[in-house]
Amino acid sequence: MAEIGIKDVRKTYGSTPILHGVDLNFKSGEFVVILGPSGCGKSTLLRMIAGLEEITSGEISIDGKVVNNLEPRDRGCSMVFQNYALYPHMNVAANIGYALKVAGVPRAERDRRIAETAKIVGLEELLDRKPAQLSGGQRQRVAMGRAIIREPKVFLFDEPLSNLDAKLRVQMRVEIRRLHKRLSATSVFVTHDQVEAMTLADKLIVMNKGHVEQVGTPLEIYHRPRTRFVGTFIGSPAMNFFNTTIAPSGDHVLLDGIKQAIDPVLGGKNVGATVSVGIRPEHCRLVPAGTVNSVPANVDFVEELGSGRIVHVEIDGMSFAVSVEEDQFFEQGAVAGLQLPAEHIHLFSLQSGLRLDDAPVATRQPATKTVAA
Amino acid sequence: MIERTPILNAITYLIMILGLILILGPFWMIFTAATQSLQEVTAVPFNMTPGGDFFKNVHAAWDRANLGPALLNSLITSLLVMTGKIVLAALSAFAIVYFKSPLRHVFFWMVFMTLMLPLEVRVIPTYNIAADVFEPVRWIIQTLTGIELSLQWNLLNSYSGLVLPLIATATGTFLYRQFYMTLPDELAEAAKMDGARPLRFFIDILLPLSRTNMLALATIMFVYAWNQYLWPKLMTTDASYQTAMVAMRALVPSVNALPEWNVSMAGALIIMLPPLIVVAVLQRWFVRGLVSTEK
Repeated sequence: MAEIGIKDVRKTYGSTPILHGVDLNFKSGEFVVILGPSGCGKSTLLRMIAGLEEITSGEISIDGKVVNNLEPRDRGCSMVFQNYALYPHMNVAANIGYALKVAGVPRAERDRRIAETAKIVGLEELLDRKPAQLSGGQRQRVAMGRAIIREPKVFLFDEPLSNLDAKLRVQMRVEIRRLHKRLSATSVFVTHDQVEAMTLADKLIVMNKGHVEQVGTPLEIYHRPRTRFVGTFIGSPAMNFFNTTIAPSGDHVLLDGIKQAIDPVLGGKNVGATVSVGIRPEHCRLVPAGTVNSVPANVDFVEELGSGRIVHVEIDGMSFAVSVEEDQFFEQGAVAGLQLPAEHIHLFSLQSGLRLDDAPVATRQPATKTVAA
Repeated sequence: MIERTPILNAITYLIMILGLILILGPFWMIFTAATQSLQEVTAVPFNMTPGGDFFKNVHAAWDRANLGPALLNSLITSLLVMTGKIVLAALSAFAIVYFKSPLRHVFFWMVFMTLMLPLEVRVIPTYNIAADVFEPVRWIIQTLTGIELSLQWNLLNSYSGLVLPLIATATGTFLYRQFYMTLPDELAEAAKMDGARPLRFFIDILLPLSRTNMLALATIMFVYAWNQYLWPKLMTTDASYQTAMVAMRALVPSVNALPEWNVSMAGALIIMLPPLIVVAVLQRWFVRGLVSTEK
């Protein structure tokens, strides 16, 4: 159990900047997920916490102690790697117990803790096997056993589920969450999979191009994305966007020449602004063509999901994805009406990509940092 | 290949059999010569069937070349050279691959370049150094400080002299480097997270993983060291440090002596035996180490 403080941390490789000043605070026992596309610097940040990567500038502290110049072994973190990195020549028991062996823990004590750990991760039957004789999910468990046996203050997960098949991934996700509940050590989990991020996180951090885009709970981030990037990155299918200008009255924008209502308070403050209007597919509604307050849309094609379907419609050259219920059917080539409920519309500045908002709830984290600094 | 081509198959077999005869023919000759009496071995044309004097010849060769101590010397030096080469290669490749020193590439290429400088090329300077190991040190200290030291260490006629100059190995370093580079970086990082310091990682993880690699290298290097002739010949004047290869010289008939090729061949057979055994025992590992698909 430990807090992690990250203060203005930067990383450059040669002259290429990877991280441009990251400020974050993780509370003790929190399950933090860092989400971002590949190359956004999320793994680098994790490896800097672990001590596997030099910190170019800034400060990382664990439990109030600055760890910049500490060796990984002295930081009290343990890490689960994407490719598991098990020692191929050691059996499961030796893999799990290696850290204790290095630390000089006596044999009897070591065996006891190996047995205990194996029970937690469900490997009691497999202690004599070599990693090559294990399935992907079992290897993943060994990697986790190896991490928890040291009773670390901090768990670091570097995309640990991305080498598993879809079904196993869901199962391991549940197990990781359960394990965290049981051990309640601060955990930092890096992934590019938004479902993993949403389901696991207490605190979700979205990163892009070496910047932190947003910090918040999964729901905050889903409902109030701070930037257009976060809006696109979270949610599947991705958020729909169209660019337009807020009308002088402040209560609507025009979509294909038809009035589309928006929050009048927010619109009133930004009259005449060019904005990117975003709305999630699950919040759009498809109604019969000609319904009041709907925009005529051509049905482009339909993706069947069984539990519902995703209808792709086209308005004036722009395409919108709409999630509809199981009992709603639309023919390809038909004309329907698209309704965009004003309460679900997100407005982003076209220049900065930032959310137009009077109460930036979702940016609480960076705000506390400015106070601290 | 899954083609059915009987003619091509026949030709392939023919070539393989020819190759086999080319390789095994001389061995058969050595063997038959070693079993014949002096009279039979000098007969023209040479008779390729074995005679009945094998043990007599072996006994004569053993006594005449004093093969007992010579074989022991060869065994000791070869084992030392082999071990030394493996340890040195494993460690230097470890330094080159795992330590991010800016000069590591320079060092690697310097080691690699020594492939072009086998012992035969540098035999005279090597002899110089072996005769007086601290000469360069003395020279450096004297030019720098003016102090004359009387440090001396002479390697001639000693096991260290037989072994040390042969221990550096570019081939081995290269083999080890390639092996380390096939291992995922995360392995070293996982060990780091587990608290292992570099030497611990080397001993606990790298050495066990490189077992096949090590045995392959051991095979090559043992045979290499066993077959050394020039260096042991040059630097041992004391008969008690003679290696088997050098002792063999006593069995080659000189100009005015009896042409006892049967005894020479018997001696050659004895000397050939240890490397043959080593290769036979280790060849399974040898092939695996060179192919190295085991992860």
